[in-house]
Amino acid sequence: MRLTTTIMRATTTIIVLNKDSMIIAREQDVVPFRNRVKEYAVKIGMSLLNQTKLITGASELVRNMLKYGKGGKVLIEVLSNGRESGIRLIFQDQGPGIADIDQAMQDGFTTGRSMGLGLPGTRRLMNEFNIISEVGKGTTVTVIKWKNG
Amino acid sequence: MGQFLLVTIQVDLYDQLAENLEADLVNMVKKANARGVLIDVSAVSIIDSFMGRILGNIASMSKIMDAETVVVGMQPAVAITLVELGLPLKGVYTALNVEKGMELLKTRILLDAADDDDYESDDDDYRTE
Repeated sequence: MRLTTTIMRATTTIIVLNKDSMIIAREQDVVPFRNRVKEYAVKIGMSLLNQTKLITGASELVRNMLKYGKGGKVLIEVLSNGRESGIRLIFQDQGPGIADIDQAMQDGFTTGRSMGLGLPGTRRLMNEFNIISEVGKGTTVTVIKWKNG
Repeated sequence: MGQFLLVTIQVDLYDQLAENLEADLVNMVKKANARGVLIDVSAVSIIDSFMGRILGNIASMSKIMDAETVVVGMQPAVAITLVELGLPLKGVYTALNVEKGMELLKTRILLDAADDDDYESDDDDYRTE
Protein backbone atom coordinates (compact mmCIF):
# COMPACT_ATOMS: atom_id res chain seq x y z
CA MET A 1 0.00 0.00 0.00
CA ARG A 2 2.77 2.35 0.97
CA LEU A 3 4.74 1.39 -2.10
CA THR A 4 1.86 2.18 -4.44
CA THR A 5 1.42 5.64 -2.96
CA THR A 6 5.09 6.38 -3.57
CA ILE A 7 4.82 5.23 -7.16
CA MET A 8 1.69 7.31 -7.67
CA ARG A 9 3.48 10.38 -6.40
CA ALA A 10 6.55 9.73 -8.52
CA THR A 11 4.57 9.35 -11.73
CA THR A 12 2.53 12.53 -11.36
CA THR A 13 5.55 14.71 -12.16
CA ILE A 14 4.71 16.73 -15.22
CA ILE A 15 7.32 17.18 -17.92
CA VAL A 16 6.93 19.73 -20.71
CA LEU A 17 7.82 18.09 -24.02
CA ASN A 18 7.16 20.97 -26.39
CA LYS A 19 6.35 24.68 -26.15
CA ASP A 20 4.69 26.97 -28.63
CA SER A 21 2.99 30.33 -28.34
CA MET A 22 0.56 32.44 -30.27
CA ILE A 23 -0.44 36.09 -30.06
CA ILE A 24 -4.19 36.68 -30.17
CA ALA A 25 -5.03 40.20 -31.26
CA ARG A 26 -8.06 39.97 -33.51
CA GLU A 27 -11.14 37.85 -33.99
CA GLN A 28 -9.51 36.42 -37.16
CA ASP A 29 -6.86 34.76 -34.96
CA VAL A 30 -9.42 32.43 -33.36
CA VAL A 31 -9.68 29.82 -36.12
CA PRO A 32 -5.89 29.57 -36.81
CA PHE A 33 -5.35 29.22 -33.06
CA ARG A 34 -7.90 26.41 -32.87
CA ASN A 35 -6.19 24.70 -35.79
CA ARG A 36 -2.81 24.96 -34.04
CA VAL A 37 -4.24 23.37 -30.87
CA LYS A 38 -5.80 20.65 -33.00
CA GLU A 39 -2.44 19.88 -34.66
CA TYR A 40 -0.84 19.21 -31.28
CA ALA A 41 -3.81 17.20 -30.03
CA VAL A 42 -3.69 15.02 -33.15
CA LYS A 43 0.08 14.65 -32.81
CA ILE A 44 -0.22 13.10 -29.33
CA GLY A 45 -3.06 10.83 -30.50
CA MET A 46 -5.84 12.43 -28.45
CA SER A 47 -9.28 10.89 -29.03
CA LEU A 48 -11.69 12.81 -31.23
CA LEU A 49 -14.02 13.50 -28.31
CA ASN A 50 -11.25 14.92 -26.13
CA GLN A 51 -9.93 16.94 -29.06
CA THR A 52 -13.39 18.41 -29.55
CA LYS A 53 -13.70 19.26 -25.84
CA LEU A 54 -10.22 20.79 -25.74
CA ILE A 55 -10.66 22.90 -28.85
CA THR A 56 -14.16 24.05 -27.91
CA GLY A 57 -12.95 25.08 -24.45
CA ALA A 58 -9.91 26.78 -25.99
CA SER A 59 -12.21 28.63 -28.34
CA GLU A 60 -14.32 29.91 -25.42
CA LEU A 61 -11.25 31.10 -23.52
CA VAL A 62 -9.68 32.78 -26.51
CA ARG A 63 -12.95 34.62 -27.19
CA ASN A 64 -13.07 35.76 -23.55
CA MET A 65 -9.52 37.00 -23.90
CA LEU A 66 -10.43 39.04 -26.99
CA LYS A 67 -13.64 40.36 -25.55
CA TYR A 68 -12.62 41.28 -22.03
CA GLY A 69 -8.81 41.37 -22.14
CA LYS A 70 -8.36 43.02 -25.56
CA GLY A 71 -6.36 40.02 -26.72
CA GLY A 72 -3.24 38.45 -25.30
CA LYS A 73 -0.91 35.53 -25.60
CA VAL A 74 -1.49 31.79 -25.42
CA LEU A 75 1.19 29.23 -24.58
CA ILE A 76 0.56 25.77 -26.00
CA GLU A 77 2.50 23.00 -24.26
CA VAL A 78 2.68 19.28 -24.84
CA LEU A 79 2.97 17.54 -21.47
CA SER A 80 3.70 14.12 -20.12
CA ASN A 81 2.91 12.90 -16.62
CA GLY A 82 4.69 9.59 -17.18
CA ARG A 83 1.48 7.66 -17.85
CA GLU A 84 0.04 9.72 -20.66
CA SER A 85 0.52 12.90 -22.58
CA GLY A 86 -1.68 15.95 -22.68
CA ILE A 87 -1.98 19.55 -23.76
CA ARG A 88 -1.65 22.56 -21.49
CA LEU A 89 -2.88 25.95 -22.64
CA ILE A 90 -2.03 29.14 -20.77
CA PHE A 91 -4.07 32.20 -21.70
CA GLN A 92 -2.51 35.47 -20.55
CA ASP A 93 -4.05 38.90 -21.01
CA GLN A 94 -3.33 42.37 -19.67
CA GLY A 95 -6.99 43.30 -19.50
CA PRO A 96 -8.99 44.78 -16.63
CA GLY A 97 -8.95 41.54 -14.65
CA ILE A 98 -11.88 39.86 -12.89
CA ALA A 99 -13.02 41.38 -9.58
CA ASP A 100 -14.98 38.36 -8.35
CA ILE A 101 -13.74 35.05 -9.76
CA ASP A 102 -16.32 32.98 -7.87
CA GLN A 103 -19.07 34.99 -9.52
CA ALA A 104 -17.43 34.70 -12.96
CA MET A 105 -17.30 30.92 -12.54
CA GLN A 106 -21.09 30.67 -12.10
CA ASP A 107 -23.20 29.44 -15.00
CA GLY A 108 -25.09 32.30 -16.57
CA PHE A 109 -23.08 35.14 -15.07
CA THR A 110 -21.92 37.65 -17.64
CA THR A 111 -20.91 41.28 -17.84
CA GLY A 112 -21.17 41.18 -21.62
CA ARG A 113 -23.89 40.20 -24.04
CA SER A 114 -22.97 36.52 -24.05
CA MET A 115 -24.65 33.69 -22.21
CA GLY A 116 -22.03 33.49 -19.48
CA LEU A 117 -21.07 29.89 -20.24
CA GLY A 118 -17.44 30.50 -21.17
CA LEU A 119 -15.63 29.95 -17.88
CA PRO A 120 -17.84 27.39 -16.06
CA GLY A 121 -18.52 25.49 -19.29
CA THR A 122 -14.84 25.33 -20.14
CA ARG A 123 -13.98 24.04 -16.68
CA ARG A 124 -16.34 21.12 -17.29
CA LEU A 125 -14.64 20.31 -20.59
CA MET A 126 -11.09 20.27 -19.20
CA ASN A 127 -9.26 17.98 -16.77
CA GLU A 128 -7.58 20.83 -14.97
CA PHE A 129 -8.60 24.45 -14.81
CA ASN A 130 -6.95 27.29 -12.97
CA ILE A 131 -7.62 31.01 -13.06
CA ILE A 132 -5.63 33.84 -11.55
CA SER A 133 -6.74 37.42 -11.98
CA GLU A 134 -5.72 40.78 -10.63
CA VAL A 135 -7.88 43.84 -11.17
CA GLY A 136 -6.08 46.33 -13.39
CA LYS A 137 -3.33 43.86 -14.29
CA GLY A 138 -4.89 41.01 -16.20
CA THR A 139 -6.01 37.41 -16.12
CA THR A 140 -4.22 34.10 -16.62
CA VAL A 141 -6.22 30.95 -17.26
CA THR A 142 -4.41 27.60 -17.34
CA VAL A 143 -6.10 24.43 -18.57
CA ILE A 144 -4.92 20.85 -19.11
CA LYS A 145 -6.57 18.14 -21.19
CA TRP A 146 -5.03 14.69 -20.96
CA LYS A 147 -5.04 12.40 -23.95
CA ASN A 148 -7.44 9.94 -22.31
CA GLY A 149 -8.66 12.22 -19.55
CA MET B 1 -45.96 23.80 -49.57
CA GLY B 2 -43.21 26.32 -50.20
CA GLN B 3 -39.51 25.76 -50.52
CA PHE B 4 -36.74 24.63 -48.21
CA LEU B 5 -33.34 26.28 -48.01
CA LEU B 6 -30.41 23.93 -47.58
CA VAL B 7 -27.20 25.40 -46.15
CA THR B 8 -24.14 23.23 -45.86
CA ILE B 9 -21.39 24.64 -43.67
CA GLN B 10 -18.15 23.26 -45.06
CA VAL B 11 -15.56 24.96 -42.87
CA ASP B 12 -15.13 26.20 -39.33
CA LEU B 13 -16.60 29.67 -39.66
CA TYR B 14 -14.90 32.90 -38.71
CA ASP B 15 -17.12 35.07 -36.53
CA GLN B 16 -17.78 37.61 -39.26
CA LEU B 17 -18.66 34.83 -41.69
CA ALA B 18 -21.08 33.31 -39.20
CA GLU B 19 -22.77 36.65 -38.64
CA ASN B 20 -23.04 37.17 -42.40
CA LEU B 21 -24.59 33.72 -42.74
CA GLU B 22 -27.20 34.68 -40.15
CA ALA B 23 -28.20 37.83 -42.04
CA ASP B 24 -28.02 36.22 -45.51
CA LEU B 25 -30.17 33.29 -44.44
CA VAL B 26 -32.94 35.42 -43.02
CA ASN B 27 -32.92 37.49 -46.22
CA MET B 28 -33.05 34.31 -48.31
CA VAL B 29 -36.05 33.04 -46.33
CA LYS B 30 -37.92 36.13 -47.43
CA LYS B 31 -36.61 36.13 -51.00
CA ALA B 32 -37.24 32.42 -51.67
CA ASN B 33 -40.48 32.41 -49.71
CA ALA B 34 -39.04 29.45 -47.80
CA ARG B 35 -41.03 27.50 -45.21
CA GLY B 36 -38.02 25.61 -43.91
CA VAL B 37 -34.27 25.99 -43.41
CA LEU B 38 -31.93 23.00 -43.20
CA ILE B 39 -28.46 23.68 -41.84
CA ASP B 40 -26.05 20.82 -42.46
CA VAL B 41 -23.25 20.94 -39.87
CA SER B 42 -21.78 17.50 -40.60
CA ALA B 43 -18.48 19.07 -41.68
CA VAL B 44 -18.25 21.32 -38.61
CA SER B 45 -15.87 19.96 -35.99
CA ILE B 46 -16.28 22.73 -33.40
CA ILE B 47 -19.44 24.46 -32.20
CA ASP B 48 -18.63 26.83 -29.36
CA SER B 49 -21.07 29.14 -27.57
CA PHE B 50 -20.69 31.79 -30.27
CA MET B 51 -21.58 29.39 -33.09
CA GLY B 52 -24.34 27.90 -30.94
CA ARG B 53 -25.80 31.34 -30.46
CA ILE B 54 -25.72 31.95 -34.23
CA LEU B 55 -27.64 28.70 -34.82
CA GLY B 56 -30.18 29.66 -32.17
CA ASN B 57 -30.54 33.14 -33.68
CA ILE B 58 -31.13 31.74 -37.15
CA ALA B 59 -33.85 29.48 -35.75
CA SER B 60 -35.61 32.29 -33.86
CA MET B 61 -35.34 34.75 -36.74
CA SER B 62 -36.64 32.21 -39.26
CA LYS B 63 -39.49 31.36 -36.90
CA ILE B 64 -40.59 34.99 -36.90
CA MET B 65 -40.45 34.81 -40.71
CA ASP B 66 -42.74 31.73 -40.52
CA ALA B 67 -40.01 29.21 -41.39
CA GLU B 68 -38.79 26.27 -39.31
CA THR B 69 -35.08 25.54 -38.87
CA VAL B 70 -33.54 22.09 -38.56
CA VAL B 71 -29.86 21.57 -37.80
CA VAL B 72 -28.75 18.27 -39.31
CA GLY B 73 -25.76 15.94 -39.22
CA MET B 74 -24.14 17.03 -35.98
CA GLN B 75 -21.07 14.97 -35.11
CA PRO B 76 -21.47 12.95 -31.87
CA ALA B 77 -18.38 14.53 -30.28
CA VAL B 78 -19.82 17.99 -30.98
CA ALA B 79 -23.16 17.05 -29.40
CA ILE B 80 -21.46 15.72 -26.24
CA THR B 81 -19.28 18.81 -25.99
CA LEU B 82 -22.22 21.19 -26.44
CA VAL B 83 -24.17 19.61 -23.61
CA GLU B 84 -21.17 19.58 -21.28
CA LEU B 85 -20.49 23.19 -22.14
CA GLY B 86 -24.06 23.91 -21.04
CA LEU B 87 -25.48 24.78 -24.45
CA PRO B 88 -28.17 22.22 -25.33
CA LEU B 89 -29.41 24.28 -28.35
CA LYS B 90 -32.90 24.71 -26.97
CA GLY B 91 -35.49 25.79 -29.51
CA VAL B 92 -33.56 24.37 -32.45
CA TYR B 93 -34.90 21.25 -34.17
CA THR B 94 -32.24 18.68 -35.00
CA ALA B 95 -32.15 15.61 -37.22
CA LEU B 96 -29.60 12.93 -37.95
CA ASN B 97 -29.15 13.76 -41.64
CA VAL B 98 -30.54 15.85 -44.48
CA GLU B 99 -33.25 13.33 -45.48
CA LYS B 100 -34.53 13.01 -41.91
CA GLY B 101 -34.36 16.77 -41.53
CA MET B 102 -36.41 17.17 -44.69
CA GLU B 103 -39.03 14.73 -43.37
CA LEU B 104 -39.17 16.60 -40.07
CA LEU B 105 -39.72 19.90 -41.89
CA LYS B 106 -42.46 18.38 -44.04
CA THR B 107 -44.33 16.98 -41.04
CA ARG B 108 -43.96 20.25 -39.11
CA ILE B 109 -45.32 22.28 -41.99
CA LEU B 110 -48.10 19.78 -42.75
CA LEU B 111 -49.09 19.88 -39.07
CA ASP B 112 -49.35 23.65 -39.24
CA ALA B 113 -51.45 23.38 -42.39
CA ALA B 114 -53.68 20.71 -40.75
CA ASP B 115 -54.23 23.02 -37.77
CA ASP B 116 -55.41 25.73 -40.15
CA ASP B 117 -57.77 23.26 -41.88
CA ASP B 118 -59.22 22.27 -38.52
CA TYR B 119 -60.14 25.83 -37.76
CA GLU B 120 -61.86 26.16 -41.12
CA SER B 121 -63.87 22.94 -40.78
CA ASP B 122 -64.86 23.98 -37.26
CA ASP B 123 -66.26 27.14 -38.73
CA ASP B 124 -68.21 25.14 -41.33
CA ASP B 125 -69.71 22.89 -38.67
CA TYR B 126 -70.77 25.89 -36.72
CA ARG B 127 -72.52 27.35 -39.69
CA THR B 128 -74.42 24.15 -40.58
CA GLU B 129 -75.72 23.74 -37.03
